Amino acid sequence: MSDAHAPLVEASATRTVPDAPLNPVIEAVDLNIYYGSFHAVYDVNLAYGKNEITAMIGPSGCGKSTVLRCLNRMNDLVASARVEGTVTYHGINIYDPKVDPIEVRRHIGMVFQKPNPFPKSIYDNVAYGPKVTGMKLESSLDEHVEWCLRKAALWDEVKDKLKESAFSLSGGQQQRLCIARAIATKPDVILMDEPCSALDPIATAAVEDLMVELRNDYTIIIVTHNMQQAARVSDRTAFFTARPDETTGNRTGLLVEFDKTTTIFSNPSDQRTEDYISGRFG
Amino acid sequence: MSTTLSDVQDGETPPINLGPSSSRLGEKAIVGWLLLCASLSVLITVGIVAALLGDTIRFFQRVPLSEFFRVGQWAPWQGDFPVFNLVMGTLNITMYALIIAIPGGLGAAIWLSEYASNRTRKIVKPVIEVLEGVPTVAYGLFALLFIAPMLKSVWPTWLPGKLGQEPELQFAGAAALVMGVMLIPTIASISEDAMRAVPSGLRQAAYGLGSTKMQVALKVVVPAALSGIVAAFVLGISRGIGETMLVLMAAGATPNASLWPNDSVLTMTAFIARTAGGDISHGSTEYYTIFAVGSVLFVMTLGMNMIADFFVRRFRETYE
Repeated sequence: MSDAHAPLVEASATRTVPDAPLNPVIEAVDLNIYYGSFHAVYDVNLAYGKNEITAMIGPSGCGKSTVLRCLNRMNDLVASARVEGTVTYHGINIYDPKVDPIEVRRHIGMVFQKPNPFPKSIYDNVAYGPKVTGMKLESSLDEHVEWCLRKAALWDEVKDKLKESAFSLSGGQQQRLCIARAIATKPDVILMDEPCSALDPIATAAVEDLMVELRNDYTIIIVTHNMQQAARVSDRTAFFTARPDETTGNRTGLLVEFDKTTTIFSNPSDQRTEDYISGRFG
Repeated sequence: MSTTLSDVQDGETPPINLGPSSSRLGEKAIVGWLLLCASLSVLITVGIVAALLGDTIRFFQRVPLSEFFRVGQWAPWQGDFPVFNLVMGTLNITMYALIIAIPGGLGAAIWLSEYASNRTRKIVKPVIEVLEGVPTVAYGLFALLFIAPMLKSVWPTWLPGKLGQEPELQFAGAAALVMGVMLIPTIASISEDAMRAVPSGLRQAAYGLGSTKMQVALKVVVPAALSGIVAAFVLGISRGIGETMLVLMAAGATPNASLWPNDSVLTMTAFIARTAGGDISHGSTEYYTIFAVGSVLFVMTLGMNMIADFFVRRFRETYE
């Protein structure tokens, strides 16, 4: 986005990615998602590799955000949502009745489309998670907040105004604060739902750099509308599309192709993927 | 060098007139009428303050400030004018009412906004709003004929000291209990509006960090809605201080300087209502007492609003 002439597969090209995710942290098996009687997502099978960035791309309404929200049970907040199939996290089915969704979200953090810092100080935003989860920190809370802000590449910009409102920051800074807030509960997976769609190109570049940096410690799953972003940062890409139902006309999302990002963008095996990435539709 | 419109036009386009197509007198008249409506409420407020002030000054020409603000028994019919006992009466009832109304109202608001399903809320919210409109005389009757005798019969007389004394037929506690219940809908309804206005993105962020429902409500939604919630409290307190009919009927008429719930008290409002409705001669000192007490009431409510305003500015978390 920031540089339209950059080669599409740049970050991925410098990294060797195994053909299939070696240690999948999260696996979705035969995942079907419904809102009431509406079948939103059809039969998704996906494995998200450890310390990899997996991008989910596709046209609007293809169900990629819905799938993302299923991975930490955020869909539970929608009363009519229903999930069939399994999502395993380190081998545990997170939809097992014995699993507490609150505990799931403490392991699988989330960053949203629109920066949504709490109307509190910068410090309190980062300290919120450790406080409510009652985490036992190895260091003091002050040190932990500093560590998170340094991880999110925000420390130098905010260290002198930690007590100021988070709303005094720019949009890009707010989004990096939300990332700092998400890593403060020490998750090992971070879900990002179009994290740059409300940001300008410079702020986008900063967040993308951060994602690549964070890959060393976290497993990152990102939904994006921006194909170049997927190509720049991700190791693997899942392409979704929407198929209209013949009788009702409702559009059900489905997974078309899942492969290494280099393969998806240079040599896709499905015609629909090729049409989408070459800009012929979507 | 200037270019006029006619220079630019070629022969084919008709001349364009961008002047107003009519004088729009009706619109101007409506704007004038709206301005009049807006200024009317301001003018009436100023008028009330002026009327209050004039007669209050006349009162203080007869009774010195030191007499009015001393601690002592309120007995204007025998020339004793310390307002202290009336203020205590008002504080007594308002305090107990708020002990019931603030937790009750806030609890109802949190449940409605964060826990109730959409369908339940659509039924319960209008019911609460109807309750707000019940005339206070109905609450007064309820307090006098039902709550007071009931409380009196079950009063914990085994308690030691003053609190263990059985109350009279009319007493502060009965009025305060009913006033507390009466204020719950006001506080609940306004607080709920404020909490529902908190963007859902904040709730999602909190859930995404592994918060429980209670943590989302208490640590994110309530702080973000604090200015609206405090405004609800202030409105509740102001209604409590200003409530007349209920206390007139149920709280008794003895101007005791007491904060005990089992005492009979006379509030400032009840005094004004009694005296104004009674047989007093215009121009007597007793007549001017009404205005002096009214001014105290006015200053108390104003002070309340200013304190609340300060707290809102100090602790508000704006999410704009």
